[in-house]
Amino acid sequence: MTQEMEATHGDAAASVGSRWPEVAVAGSLLAIAVMVIVDSLRVGIGWADDGPMSGYFPFYIGLMLMASSGFILLSVFLGWKKVNPVFADREQLSGVFAMLIPMIVYVVAVTLIGIYLASAALIGYFMRRHGKFGWLSTAAVSVGVPVVFFLVFERWFLVPLPKGPIENMLGF
Amino acid sequence: MEELGNLINGFSVALTGPNLVFMLVGITLGVLIGVLPGLGGANGVAILLPLTFSMNPTSAIIMLSCIYWGALFGGAITSILFNIPGEPWSVATTFDGYPMAQQGRAAQALTAAFTSSFVGALFAVMLITFLAPLLAKFALKFGPAEFFAVQLLTFCSFVGMSKEPPAKTIAAMMLGFALAAVGMDTVTGQLRMTYGFPELLKGFDFLIAVIGLFGIGEILLTMEEGLAFKGKTAKINPKVVLQTWRELPRYWRTFLRSTAIGCWMGITPGGATPASFMGYGMARRMSRDPQSFGKGEIEGVVAPETAAHAAGTSALLPMLTLGIPGSPTAAVLLGGLLIWGLQPGPMLFIEQKEFVWGLIASMYLGNIVGLIVVLTTVPWWAAILRIPFSVIAPVIIVICAIGAYTVHSAIFDVVMMLVFGVVGYLFKKLRYPLAPMVLALVLGDMAEASFRQAMLLSQGSLSIFWSNGLVGGIVTLALTLLAWPLWTGLKSWLRAREAHYRLGGVR
Repeated sequence: MTQEMEATHGDAAASVGSRWPEVAVAGSLLAIAVMVIVDSLRVGIGWADDGPMSGYFPFYIGLMLMASSGFILLSVFLGWKKVNPVFADREQLSGVFAMLIPMIVYVVAVTLIGIYLASAALIGYFMRRHGKFGWLSTAAVSVGVPVVFFLVFERWFLVPLPKGPIENMLGF
Repeated sequence: MEELGNLINGFSVALTGPNLVFMLVGITLGVLIGVLPGLGGANGVAILLPLTFSMNPTSAIIMLSCIYWGALFGGAITSILFNIPGEPWSVATTFDGYPMAQQGRAAQALTAAFTSSFVGALFAVMLITFLAPLLAKFALKFGPAEFFAVQLLTFCSFVGMSKEPPAKTIAAMMLGFALAAVGMDTVTGQLRMTYGFPELLKGFDFLIAVIGLFGIGEILLTMEEGLAFKGKTAKINPKVVLQTWRELPRYWRTFLRSTAIGCWMGITPGGATPASFMGYGMARRMSRDPQSFGKGEIEGVVAPETAAHAAGTSALLPMLTLGIPGSPTAAVLLGGLLIWGLQPGPMLFIEQKEFVWGLIASMYLGNIVGLIVVLTTVPWWAAILRIPFSVIAPVIIVICAIGAYTVHSAIFDVVMMLVFGVVGYLFKKLRYPLAPMVLALVLGDMAEASFRQAMLLSQGSLSIFWSNGLVGGIVTLALTLLAWPLWTGLKSWLRAREAHYRLGGVR
């Protein structure tokens, strides 16, 4: 999504066209279709002694996915020069990435240090960076929310949540 | 009048102390979910589902369905006070609800919205009460071919009726089916499409998909809009409520029309969102004063809310009787039934009488409780939306992550949730519909099983789908719906060509 500065002439708000996102999504769907078909062929799409084999149904699903995503891809290419509706303007996209990137970091952190510390960090980051809260209220909310979740899940419903080395050290 | 006896039994199940508490908890959580952006009926129920695994199924479904009613009520609050639809089905409510709030008539708008939601739901529940047992009795005669035909009809009607491009509807649906097929084949025990990843043995859980697609995807979409919540305050006092109630019977025609639209759209998998738009559109078209719509006309609040709630409620009718959910939230509830060890479908009405009628009775009670709760607690919910988004957003992400994790206690699911979130965002932006994908993911195994059983019966011949009038009729109807966009597309293409030639090829 790096190119496409179509709307620049005269218009101040630069925006990203939806051609490349369309190609990316339809292309991925096409790739998934190929994976489905290949694997269905591997497990067999015909009949065994006891009835249809495992690939019997998914094979046709794969074919239909291939046909529909291929059609979408084709119509994007056919209208390449003419049609390029706005996907989102730059400002909107930066908003989306301001959310997406911390979210990716958060999920990676959850796998490494457990959900409690990662959640506290995520809430704290957002409150400081976007909410411009003071340190005191930031600390209160970012510690308080994980503690509440700990009490509700681990104590009340007895559902354990992922914990990391630090919680282990504290003896949970 | 066997139904009435059953219903009274159902009330005796639903009216016990613990179940009333679950109802109240469910409604409150549901309104909260409906008010918060990023959390909705479908993913809210999905997140809370793991907490009910150990509960008694009847209490569990009462609580979860009450979350659904609460979310349906709650969506209206943000639409009217903040001009932000908390739920997709309350978009149409903003058209007249927010102008009313701007004119200082927020309390009337809210009362009208809640009351019409209640009326729509009430009619839909009555429809379920009397139609569901008949439909279930009828469906008892269904074989695998008939079940597959009904499933086919469900999916084809998505293609025929959705506003999204047909190719994208089919692609989204097929992606759902493909993801459902990943993992172990339940019939032969063979592994499919795992490509050597042990994490994929279990396949893709639709609960994770729902949390990602609707929760994370929605948060990303909300980030585009910028995050200033500028709302109106509202206090509802009994005087305004009574005054509005006195005014509402005047719109009985709108109520009836929207209820009919809603019930139809709920039973066929149109869902609450298109129902609310259709309800609004019809009310404006039929109105004597269409110009007043969009400027704070109370009828413009009544029409979409009635239709949305009627659709949301009647979506449970096909889920209970045929095992085919009429909306994504109903699909999640269906997944819950399977997890609690109940097989949805006609046998449910015979084997699990207490469960079914307890649920139906709880729909009456839940909506009454819901109406009272929302009418009395509106200022409270409005206050929640004054919490800055920079606090709400990360908390919602944390809730989604916890919800995804607790389904199978697997960290991999949290990663998948994020992937589905990005997919949900891209799909929304590029107009791929999410509902058919979720439904295909839920129904994939069932559809495959009934298709294979039908093929076994006929030794692989497709002619079984026309072997009797019923199955043939359903399949033909399904294929007609599937071909419908093709036909309209061809027609407009021909017309364009004709116009082109009439102009003598002048460009």
